[in-house]
Amino acid sequence: MRQLSAVLGLIVLATACASGAAKTAPSTAPAPKPAAQDTGRAAAVATPYPSTYQRHPNPPVLIRNATIMTATGQEIQGGSILFRDGRIVAVGTTVQAPSDATVVDGTGKWVTPGVIDTHSHIGVYAAPGTFAESDGNEATSPVTAEVWAEHSFWPQDPQIPLAIAGGVTTIQALPGSANLIGGRSAVLKLIPARSVQDMKFPGARYGLKMACGENPKRVYGQRGGPSTRMGNMAGYRAAFIQAEAYRRKWDKWNKDHQGDPPDRSLRNESLAEVLRGNIYVQNHCYRADEMMQMLDLAHEFGFKIRSFHHAVEAYKIADVLAREGTAVSIWSDWWGFKEEAMDGIYENAALVQQAGGRVVIHSDDPGGIQRLNQEAAKAMYHGRRAGIPITRDQAVRWFTANPAWVLGVDSIVGTLEAGKMADVVLWSADPLSVYAQAVQVYNDGWLVYDRNDPAHQPKTDFMLGQP
Amino acid sequence: MIAFLLAQTIAITGGTVYPVSGPKIDNATVLIRDGRIAAVGATVAVPAGATRIDASGKWVTPGLIDGAGQMGLREIGAVQNTNEATLRGNDVAAAFNVLEGINPASTLIPVNRVEGVTTTLAVPGGSLIFGQAALIDLDGATIEVMRVKSPAAMVADLSEGAKDAGGGSRAGVAQRLRRVFNDALEYSRRKNDYSRAQMQQLSASAADLEALLPVLRGQLPLITIANRRSDIETALRIGKEYKLKLILAGAAEGWMIPNDIAAAGVPVLVEPLDNIPTYDALGIRYENAALMTKGGVKVALMETATENTRDLRQEAGNAVATGMTWEQALRAVTLTPAEALGVADRYGSLEVGKVANVVVWSGDPFEFSTGVEHVFIRGREIPLRSRQTELLERYRTLPPKY
Repeated sequence: MRQLSAVLGLIVLATACASGAAKTAPSTAPAPKPAAQDTGRAAAVATPYPSTYQRHPNPPVLIRNATIMTATGQEIQGGSILFRDGRIVAVGTTVQAPSDATVVDGTGKWVTPGVIDTHSHIGVYAAPGTFAESDGNEATSPVTAEVWAEHSFWPQDPQIPLAIAGGVTTIQALPGSANLIGGRSAVLKLIPARSVQDMKFPGARYGLKMACGENPKRVYGQRGGPSTRMGNMAGYRAAFIQAEAYRRKWDKWNKDHQGDPPDRSLRNESLAEVLRGNIYVQNHCYRADEMMQMLDLAHEFGFKIRSFHHAVEAYKIADVLAREGTAVSIWSDWWGFKEEAMDGIYENAALVQQAGGRVVIHSDDPGGIQRLNQEAAKAMYHGRRAGIPITRDQAVRWFTANPAWVLGVDSIVGTLEAGKMADVVLWSADPLSVYAQAVQVYNDGWLVYDRNDPAHQPKTDFMLGQP
Repeated sequence: MIAFLLAQTIAITGGTVYPVSGPKIDNATVLIRDGRIAAVGATVAVPAGATRIDASGKWVTPGLIDGAGQMGLREIGAVQNTNEATLRGNDVAAAFNVLEGINPASTLIPVNRVEGVTTTLAVPGGSLIFGQAALIDLDGATIEVMRVKSPAAMVADLSEGAKDAGGGSRAGVAQRLRRVFNDALEYSRRKNDYSRAQMQQLSASAADLEALLPVLRGQLPLITIANRRSDIETALRIGKEYKLKLILAGAAEGWMIPNDIAAAGVPVLVEPLDNIPTYDALGIRYENAALMTKGGVKVALMETATENTRDLRQEAGNAVATGMTWEQALRAVTLTPAEALGVADRYGSLEVGKVANVVVWSGDPFEFSTGVEHVFIRGREIPLRSRQTELLERYRTLPPKY
């Protein structure tokens, strides 16, 4: 997100939530429970905008003699991993290659689960970054729970192949952070596709992006409010009071079907699903004191905040976050670009981990998403230097298993175990080294990127014919 | 008095020393005396009374130099009150020198120097001619102390960002820049006419035209932001027409024409991790720094996020991952920027007589696993403390100790 005209001096933090400018938004998390989601809607609209994702057919693959970091506590030297039909069949030191398998020599290389980013604006703030692709903030009202990020998502965003080359296999694409409630997120398989529907993670539930602090009050301060943090809080509360009434009405009708169904409200449908626990709240929030306010808000209305995002001050309330079971999606070292980010420290991730919290290294940035492994390494090693004993496995979980949990898809992806979806990255070196690069990236068993084979280096339509 | 002088002598012993100006030296000593490097080598005698720093098993390099950013000029990006880098209302702000805008007490300075960056270029912002950049060491209570060179360069923009100053067209930008240069030359020839108001109206103030004269005499480098290949070519063309001492910044599509850049003898400032395509540079790519280096271009690396100038290490490591040699990358964050900015006689390598900006690392400076063990700026050992380490100590155990 560095803009080159600013090369020398002005870094333009155009990206997402970070900037003052209006981008971050909370995400939704998918969960394989579509039936539950239907309870708030009339039967006729049970599953609009369905996923049309289909697994790409591929031969079975055996990667042999690699160091395999499973994200389940193991680092297997001289290990092999076999996957077939999009599923991991076996991981270990004695895996045999079936006769029809493509065998990949992993000697000197490392294997991890596919990288998962809980916080991306790829596709909704697409490159080349003109107004024409600026589709991430419906900055027309502070509460826009009715908008869905998937309806902005452009599958030809040239940032997609760049992220794939960084080992990313799943993202949560979020609305920006201009609004108190920015809309629904989209949980996507990061693959070349013609439509966002073809990328939608099957069974994944939506997230709801919410945002604290500076951005909403800056965007709406001169436009009717909120213009203060107390105004922010009043805005969330007013929205959920309406949603609670809506939920009651619909839940009653769904039960007894007496009379005409209540009027639909797209805004309240999203919020009612949060109240029912079917949509996860993904909450952009930097400061510790504001996170405490948001936890009170969640208690008032009886929902859970699945993850705070950015949370540069999470370390100040690491004990509370662990107790609440709210994850944090954070950077390793971003700080200081805005006032509410002043207190970011390298040890944030390590301190939250140490307190028993769930840590995710996220990007919120089309550059950062390409090297989440590096950011996790930075956070791990700084934690260790501060005397906090973070394991390599924990650091790998920060960009694999833990984000899978934040998105509610941890039973499907995020670790290398038999039965899991074959989202697999082969690295040229230890992925916690600055010198490591993704050599091969498999998404659901499909070789979507191969550093050594131009036939497996996808290009979006936009980049065809370009320099 | 003698004790005082001895206290100024520091011997960093036993480390693997990377002087940059020459091959690495195993088990070597770097001797610092009175802020300068007094000796480097495997057989240096340590004077009695010198402060000894045991660097056994450690790596010793020059302090890193970042030719970008706004250190001291910008405390918080999004808070205008804390930004001093841009002179508003003047497209041709050649006389604007940022030095007195620098806040030596900025919290960004300790945060970044404890990660091994010791010298940065404080760069103005702007629209066409931004003004004069100052090179500073990241230690000192006053700008007089911090100052390494000021002005170190004039800064101009030939990228998309300058189009408003060119009437909306890249051609207009180039033509306006030429008109300003021509006016400056004309002004310098006819100062008497100017003072008698006997000249046609000039395209900039006398002060700004005057400030351009060192650039037009080839004395002061002109850092020119250009990313698209055609913009780089325009910069080279104008540089040749006016015999400028050019430095390209950005140069995102420079990998397409490394030979032209190298032939012009123009160094470039590149941010290796910048690879998101925009209409300013659709051909931007990770391998740019490496490909230009292979093509003979003098490449210096930069990190443009001022608050995280410390990530210059990561930029360099990634430049290695995408094709630079490790030695080239180290040079690109030390000696090459010092050369480009005209201070290589004092900065950028561990050589006798140079300013003692020295970093002792636990290992490879580009690796995340490596920590900074000691930082010396002008021979002073910098305490490894910052506002961030203080926050860590306060919240290391909860509840915090208020």
